[in-house]
Amino acid sequence: MSKRKLTIAITGLNNTDNPGPGIPVIRGILDSKLFDARIIGLAYENLEPGIYMRDLVDKSYHIPYPSAGSDILLKRIEHINKIEKIDVLIPNFDAELYSFIKSSEKLKKMGIATFLPTMEQFEERHKWNLCEFGKKYNVKVPSVKSFYSEAELYKAAPGLTFPVFVKGKFYDAYLATNAEQLRMHFYKLYSKWGFPVLLQQYIRGTEVNVVALGDGHGKTIGAVPMRKQYITDKGKAWAGITLDDEKLIEITHKIIKKSKWRGGMELELIKDEMNNLYLIEINPRLPAWVYLAVGAGQNLPEALVKLALGLKTNKYTKYDIGKLFIRYSYDLICKLEEFEQLSLYGEL
Amino acid sequence: MKINKKIAISESGFVFNPTTGDSYSLNPIAAEILDMLKKDLSEDEITDALLEKYDVTASVLHRSIDEFIDTLKEMKILENE
Repeated sequence: MSKRKLTIAITGLNNTDNPGPGIPVIRGILDSKLFDARIIGLAYENLEPGIYMRDLVDKSYHIPYPSAGSDILLKRIEHINKIEKIDVLIPNFDAELYSFIKSSEKLKKMGIATFLPTMEQFEERHKWNLCEFGKKYNVKVPSVKSFYSEAELYKAAPGLTFPVFVKGKFYDAYLATNAEQLRMHFYKLYSKWGFPVLLQQYIRGTEVNVVALGDGHGKTIGAVPMRKQYITDKGKAWAGITLDDEKLIEITHKIIKKSKWRGGMELELIKDEMNNLYLIEINPRLPAWVYLAVGAGQNLPEALVKLALGLKTNKYTKYDIGKLFIRYSYDLICKLEEFEQLSLYGEL
Repeated sequence: MKINKKIAISESGFVFNPTTGDSYSLNPIAAEILDMLKKDLSEDEITDALLEKYDVTASVLHRSIDEFIDTLKEMKILENE
C-alpha cells in the first residue's frame, strides 16, 4: 500500500532539557506506515534544536509569539501555507493553544486541519479551575487557590499549611516548605507567567502520568500510563516506564468519556499510599514523552493526524508494559549560514 | 502468602512491579526464597529448606525471613492476607 503524502506543520521544536513535544510527535508521524509526511517546523526561537534536525524537519519557519495576537499569527500561517500547502497543523505548547483553538475555523478555510480541544474543554481544565473540574467529572483533586495579587497572598499567608505547591499560570511548579520559600517562588512565577499564581495542596504519594487521545465523542483512542524513573531539576522526566494500572486507565476513560475530550492530553496524577488517585493537572496536548507510547505500541501522533483528517481511527486496546524511555542530550553541529538564514529571513 | 500476580520475576533475580514501575535486583538467597513463595511454600517450609542447606541458626534465619517478608509486603510484591 502506498503511503499518503501529507504536509504537517508542527510547533514545540525546543528539544531541550525541558523539551516541547514537537520532536517526539514528529518521530511518531515519521514512523507511520500510512503517511509519507513532509514536516514543517514552526518555531518561536532561533535556537530551537528541532529546526536544525534536518533528518526530522524538512523546513522551518519563524512564527510570532502568542502574545502578538491571533491575527498576526494567522497572517504568518497564511503566508507559510501559500508556500507549503499544509494539510495538518499540530500545535504543542499550552501557551499557544488558545490562539490556535480560536483560529481553527479560519485554518480550516485555508485547508489546514487541526484536532484540538474545544475552547470550553481548554478553559475548564485550567489549573485554577481544577476543583470545579474534579466536582463536575467526579475525580479527586487537591485543593487549589488562585492568587491575583501579592496583597491577596499576604492576607492568606497566616492560614496556610506547608508544604504547598506553588504553580505558574502555564508552566513551572515549586514545592514551598515555609513562608520564605513561598514568597520567593510566588515572585518568580508571577514575574515569568503573570497572574494567577496557584497554591495547590501537597498530596504525599507517587506521581504517575497518562498520555491519551480522545476522539471528541467520548471515545479514548489510546492511553498509556507512565511513571517517571529519573527526574530533572525542572521536574521533567528524563526516563520513564509504562505501567500496568487499570485504575489509571479507568480514570482516563472516565474523564475522556464525560468531557468528550477532543485531541491529545496528558493527565498528571498522584497516587497516595491508600492507592487513591488525585488529578493534579491536565495538559491539553500530547506530552514530550509521547514517543514512549509509540514505542509501546500506540502511535498516538499518527492517530491524531488521522482524526484531524476525518479518517476512521480505531481504538488501541493494548500497549507493552515495562517499556522504558531514556532521554539523552546530543550536540548538533550547524553551519553559521543556517543560523543566519533563519535569523534574517525567518525560514530555513 | 501470595505473590502479587502481576509481579514479573526473571530467572536472574530481577523483579519488576508493573503497577508501580519499581524494579529490584535480588541476591541469590532472596531469589531462592521468592522462588519458594511462588511455589506456595509456607514460611515454616521455607525456613526448614534453608536450614538444611545453609549453616545458620534457626533464630537468625527466622528473623531474616520475617524482615524479608515485611520488605516484600512493603514493596507490594507480596499481597497482604
